[in-house]
Amino acid sequence: MRINCPHCGLRDLAEFTYQGDASRALPELSAQTGSWNAHVYDRENPAGLHREHWQHSGGCRAHLRIERDTLSHAVSEAVMVRPSPPVKNQPIRSRGRK
Amino acid sequence: MKPGNKRQTRRNSHFTPFVPALLSGTTGIRAAREMKEYSALKVLTNTLTGNRGWKPAWRKAEPKPSYDVIIIGGGGHGLATAYYLAANHGITNVAVLEKGYLGSGNIGRNTTIVRSNYLLPQNIRFYEYSMKLWESLSHELNYNVMFSQRGILNLAHSPAQLDDYIRRGNAMRLSGADGKVLYPDEIARFVPGLDLGGSQRFPVVGGLLQPRAGTARHDAVAWGYARGADRHGVDIIENCEVTGFLRDGGRVTGVQTSRGEIRAAKTAVAVAGSTSRVLKLAGIDRLPIESHVLQAFVSESIKPFVDTVVTFGGGHLYMSQSDKGGLVFGSDLDGYNSYAQRGNLPVIHDLMSELLALFPGLDRIRLLRSWGGVMDMSMDGSPIITIGPLDGMYLNCGWCYGGFKATPASGWCFAWTIAKDEPHAINAPFGLDRFYRGMLIDEKGQGPTPRLH
Ligand SMILES: Cc1cc2nc3c(=O)[nH]c(=O)nc-3n(C[C@H](O)[C@H](O)[C@H](O)COP(=O)(O)OP(=O)(O)OC[C@H]3O[C@@H](n4cnc5c(N)ncnc54)[C@H](O)[C@@H]3O)c2cc1C
Ligand SMILES: [Zn+2]
Repeated sequence: MRINCPHCGLRDLAEFTYQGDASRALPELSAQTGSWNAHVYDRENPAGLHREHWQHSGGCRAHLRIERDTLSHAVSEAVMVRPSPPVKNQPIRSRGRK
Repeated sequence: MKPGNKRQTRRNSHFTPFVPALLSGTTGIRAAREMKEYSALKVLTNTLTGNRGWKPAWRKAEPKPSYDVIIIGGGGHGLATAYYLAANHGITNVAVLEKGYLGSGNIGRNTTIVRSNYLLPQNIRFYEYSMKLWESLSHELNYNVMFSQRGILNLAHSPAQLDDYIRRGNAMRLSGADGKVLYPDEIARFVPGLDLGGSQRFPVVGGLLQPRAGTARHDAVAWGYARGADRHGVDIIENCEVTGFLRDGGRVTGVQTSRGEIRAAKTAVAVAGSTSRVLKLAGIDRLPIESHVLQAFVSESIKPFVDTVVTFGGGHLYMSQSDKGGLVFGSDLDGYNSYAQRGNLPVIHDLMSELLALFPGLDRIRLLRSWGGVMDMSMDGSPIITIGPLDGMYLNCGWCYGGFKATPASGWCFAWTIAKDEPHAINAPFGLDRFYRGMLIDEKGQGPTPRLH
């Protein structure tokens, strides 16, 4: 499996760390305990397309959102979790220091 | 006596007729008297008559329109459940529905390690009960599951890690399991091939041995339970995929399958890695489960090299040697959601490095086969054996990658729960509601991060 990092291009799986299901949305702060329990513990766990977070931990360290087929491992989409507009060519160092 | 001899004695202990009575109320002696299908005499007469006198281990049953209990999933847990429903509770109008062939799931894919070396009281109680069932399983089933109590040695690589293991060992002994701390000089005698030089990045400072742990022949466990269930009248129906649930209001009243509708008063689900997929058919979209792939490996056959199960604590590696001579080993999950029964190279790379760190002498051994299985990883790393989540339904899942050793106790407890409509004290803590009541059983303390359990 390889992942196409928007910064670094197609890189080997070994450089990435899995961070789990990206389809979950945080409940409202005022939500009942039950919704929070469900948010923390329940997963859709689909056989097929899955939206998930990965970090390019052994590369540019960006957090990515990926769409991947859990039946074939084929990655169909990989984007930045928070795309900052001029992503291209912007040195990563300066962004962390703002 | 050399440790090897001692182990040999233990290994054969299940052939003695003086096995202790099980809590199930079934004794090995009774089982042996009732089922004389396999005996030395039968082997002899069949040898002389061209092996035509054997009965198939289970019938190719056709689905009937209805049953008292349907069990979805013909893996170890489904088959054990069927067996104990019949043997312990007299419920024999039972069907096991398997979408592929019997044993095609994780029961036929695991690294066959059986142990009860847990820390948390709920886990030790459950897995130690399973261990007791293992110790007389061949007798109970009159089927040699090749349970070999060769021990498991968890290596510790720092004083802190050893302290942690000692704590676990004490917890095990307090709960009636066995455990023993070994130091490097004893380890050197116990596992001769290990690098104990002390100069490695992860030197071996000690280890926790559970002498009663070991391995079993995984296929034989499936076949033995299948035969036992079949002989009690259970229908084992292969190539029968459940594609939907029959409902009467909120209640589950049976299943739709690739071989037609089948009704049942009680429908039990034991489909391991496919749990989310199957429950989705019943309208349950979210569960505290993620499916992940775990890989396993077998090397070419070599002469006797290691006669126990060894685990590496500096990363994650477990290794034993099969009776055919191949080294059988595995490591962590690949670590991402997967329903593909195959994994990727990074884990293989890590695993091989760990193997060589422990056993430098294996540097030229060749890998024979590797494969993967889909694990039902729960959010706290512990299983779920419960009534529900719908009326008329019973659920058994969340085995993570340690469900082989649980097979006897899982089937025993699940059968109890189905028969009596209440959990046994041993599986009562393993309900689905624990996630919503804050009663998690998180052996590793990893939180809701399934890839780390
Ligand atoms: C590589 C690997 C190594 C492992 N090592 C160990 C180990 O050393 N020790 C240990 O204790 N455990 C180990 N395990 C874990 C253990 O194998 C599993 O936890 C256990 O086998 C799961 O229970 P089961 O046997 O019932 O599952 P399975 O054998 O997977 O049974 C589930 C069955 O359900 C069937 N099914 C699915 N969907 C449907 C449907 N819709 N209709 C009908 N049938 C369906 C499947 O075909 C399958 O046969 C390992 C697992 C793997 C993959
Ligand atoms: Zn990158």
